[in-house]
Amino acid sequence: MTEKTIFELSSPGRKGVEFPAVDVPTTDLPAEFLREDLPLPELAEVDVIRHYTHLSHLNYCVDEGFYPLGSCTMKYNPRVNEAMARLPGFAYCHPLQPVESIQGSLALMYNLQEMLKEIAGFAEVSLQPAAGAHGEFTGVMIMRAYHQSKGETKRTKMLIPDSAHGTNPASSAMTGFEVAPIATDARGNVDLAALRAACDETVAGIMITNPNTLGLFDENILEVIDIVHKAGGLVYGDGANLNALLGIVRPGDLGIDVMHFNLHKTFSTPHGGGGPGSGPVGVSDKLKEFLPGPIISIIEEGDDEMPPLFGYYQPKNSIGRVKSFNGHFGMHVRAYTYISMHGAEGLRQVAELAVLNANYLLSKVRGAYKLPYDRVCMHEFVLEGMFDDVPDVHALDIAKRLMDYDFHPPTNYFPLIVHEALMIEPTETENKQVIDSFAEAMLNIAREAHESPELLHEAPHKTPVRRLDEVKAAKDLVLCCWLPENSE
Amino acid sequence: MFTPHTNAEREEMLRAVGVSSIEDLFKAVPKKYRFPSLDLPPKKSELEITNELSDLSNGNGSVKDLMCFLGAGAYHHFIPAAVDSIISRGEFFTAYTPYQPEISQGTLQAIFEYQSLIANLTGMDACNASHYDGATAVAEAVILAHAHYRGKRPKMILSPSLNPQYRETVRTYTQGFADIEITGDLVKDPLESPDSLIKLIDMQTALVVVQYPDFFGRIYDYAKVAEVAHQNGALFAVSINPIALGLLKPPSEFGADIVVGEGQPLGIPLSLGGPYLGLFATKKELVRKISGRLVGETVDQDGKRGYVLTLTAREQHIRREKATSNICSNQGLMALASSVYLSLLGKQGLRQVAELCYQKAHYAAGQISTVPGFSVRTKTPFFHEFIVDCPVPVAELNAHLLEHGILGGFELGTVFPSLKKSCLIAVTEMNTKDDIDIFVEVLKEMSHD
Repeated sequence: MTEKTIFELSSPGRKGVEFPAVDVPTTDLPAEFLREDLPLPELAEVDVIRHYTHLSHLNYCVDEGFYPLGSCTMKYNPRVNEAMARLPGFAYCHPLQPVESIQGSLALMYNLQEMLKEIAGFAEVSLQPAAGAHGEFTGVMIMRAYHQSKGETKRTKMLIPDSAHGTNPASSAMTGFEVAPIATDARGNVDLAALRAACDETVAGIMITNPNTLGLFDENILEVIDIVHKAGGLVYGDGANLNALLGIVRPGDLGIDVMHFNLHKTFSTPHGGGGPGSGPVGVSDKLKEFLPGPIISIIEEGDDEMPPLFGYYQPKNSIGRVKSFNGHFGMHVRAYTYISMHGAEGLRQVAELAVLNANYLLSKVRGAYKLPYDRVCMHEFVLEGMFDDVPDVHALDIAKRLMDYDFHPPTNYFPLIVHEALMIEPTETENKQVIDSFAEAMLNIAREAHESPELLHEAPHKTPVRRLDEVKAAKDLVLCCWLPENSE
Repeated sequence: MFTPHTNAEREEMLRAVGVSSIEDLFKAVPKKYRFPSLDLPPKKSELEITNELSDLSNGNGSVKDLMCFLGAGAYHHFIPAAVDSIISRGEFFTAYTPYQPEISQGTLQAIFEYQSLIANLTGMDACNASHYDGATAVAEAVILAHAHYRGKRPKMILSPSLNPQYRETVRTYTQGFADIEITGDLVKDPLESPDSLIKLIDMQTALVVVQYPDFFGRIYDYAKVAEVAHQNGALFAVSINPIALGLLKPPSEFGADIVVGEGQPLGIPLSLGGPYLGLFATKKELVRKISGRLVGETVDQDGKRGYVLTLTAREQHIRREKATSNICSNQGLMALASSVYLSLLGKQGLRQVAELCYQKAHYAAGQISTVPGFSVRTKTPFFHEFIVDCPVPVAELNAHLLEHGILGGFELGTVFPSLKKSCLIAVTEMNTKDDIDIFVEVLKEMSHD
């Protein structure tokens, strides 16, 4: 059944919420500025609740089942995180309140900065960026500011391995850098010869994703970093795959100069159907002064009797703010909760089990699907979603058929360096039985592809809608609906 | 706790992988740096962390306990319980970006309706699935204008009464563009009439950005500015407060090509500044230039109505370095909150909230102007914020107000040197007449000192 739109459900005169009457003497409204009509729908509260409840039933989600979207780290979202972010003292403070009245929140942010520094090995962290791509942009701006401060204005080239995340090239271009792609070698590492050849005096740095989007830890990471540093460049680490490294290795220790964290991947803040995320940025000592501010700091040391006073400070050569206020505080609370509940050992266990789950799943499907880079993977791996003997079956068909088995499909068609890629990230919160049944579905589908490929081509069969006409959507471009004519 | 593996399962899985210990899976990591010991506080149970954070949050003075007269870009409004009830559904908050439309119709239709609600509210033809907040939405408007004229028009004119944090964000975003010049906002008198922007507009101008109501709460008809912008072939963008549009005519009526704004007032808690919601809507001529996600209506193979992400070829993961924006994650759940809020309030409710804000703010301004030493500087029409000149330093005044359980107005002198003794007072439907009267009484005490 198709759910009507909120506009189609409107009935003139209905109200979903009542407000108190005006309790002050009234002033004339400014007649010349008043709008004639406000074309919003009119519904009772129950209509609204039922409508959105119906819509919710049309979604697949982590709460419902396995969601192995590669590079998205769709781990379980603990409910305590939600409860903590909704504590009135956290949810109802204004960002411009005097610091004396928000010491609890500033303490939490300060402690989260400290935790992120320790986990990833950086000298300072800014919590301001709103999402992963926003953090990348911030980090690249910091690299630019660093070179400018040294008078090195000719450093305009950003190296990006073709195994890096999809947002990296756009983040670099937005900042005015030219993007130079670097090839991947046969073992899935950065091609060192290509890297050396690209490292001239115009190199600003490299944006590296490690583990990369093949799910592989670069075996030459120290050499990669060294080559770039020797050429005078900086190393940006894309932190989207940090889940595999918690307690395993600190990117800062490897020599990475700047990195963003994805609190919505690694530290279990929910994805919300597309956001909000949170993308704090960590930097090494020499880049501290360029971070976006304000950063939370102790402005008066405490003593035995008095706790310290937390406040804001502005790094001296800050690139400036990248958004309003203090970043996604609600996400900071959730991530702080998650990290606090794990401690050092618990975080290491998260990474270990994420990597174990990925390798275990790989061991079950290896052979039925082509694996272009076959070695021990980290938290995810990439298969080819195609079979030489049934050329008309594509990764998309496999993805859609998985829905018939009640699974969310993996990321498909990314990374671009694998044909018909299926990028699979199980995460640590899935148990063995779930992974076994997913592996079984993958094996069944491989068999179906050969025996009855129409099952794949026509999939999905039992979803609320079937394959949608994307060409029509782009051609007709119906992006909005309006109130029905007769409702006025 | 959050990892379900038993020891027996772990062993069985390791055997299947063909390694004897978990450590063996990490041989690619340089040995020297492998398995660092992290200096983190000992782990806490759910009970312990709940106690810790309850204590920390109780150390704050929230607007649940304080009377709030602080706005300046984030506002204390009533949020009906149904909003949080819907966005707390796991089907919404634990889903990812709807890349697989067959199993994401709930999120997709909700975004489509959000796009529709904001288009109807602003009078625009199209709206994206959101930017991070009001500040980044303005920055994205600047980048859109730059791309629209292929970098041939360098001049971006920002009104001095555009939120100062938005102006700062635009400057950060455009540092890497040698061919963008930000101008118009750094003037001696930030309160000058918007008509003074007109003399800056020329054939080099790509975009003019104003705010409505402006940062100081004032309402202007920008028709003349828009007209001159259009005569010069430039685009005209308006940053709005969505609650004000419950009452005021939409920016489409005075020529906006792009409407941006902070969506936080639409059912999103203050939460110390985020997550909020960046509104971004345009006329249909600019639809293909909008960055971020768009949802379009279509049909499935059986002819049934459905929704998909559309025009994805503009996005960063396809166009890579040729994309104009890198936005990927957006504010999906906050957009849903605003949709539920607007659906609940509807035509009558939004108008009612806007009128309550207007009436209470005007009552407060009238009362404050009777207090000796204090004067209301705003003489032109305003919505729910106005400037008050104070006889004492604003920081001192606000510290005193806080002792009386009141959050005073924004200290304008921290941003505008010419407004050293002024503050910006915001009043919403949350302030009762009694609150306002108490606030005025405390101001009277200050004026006696």
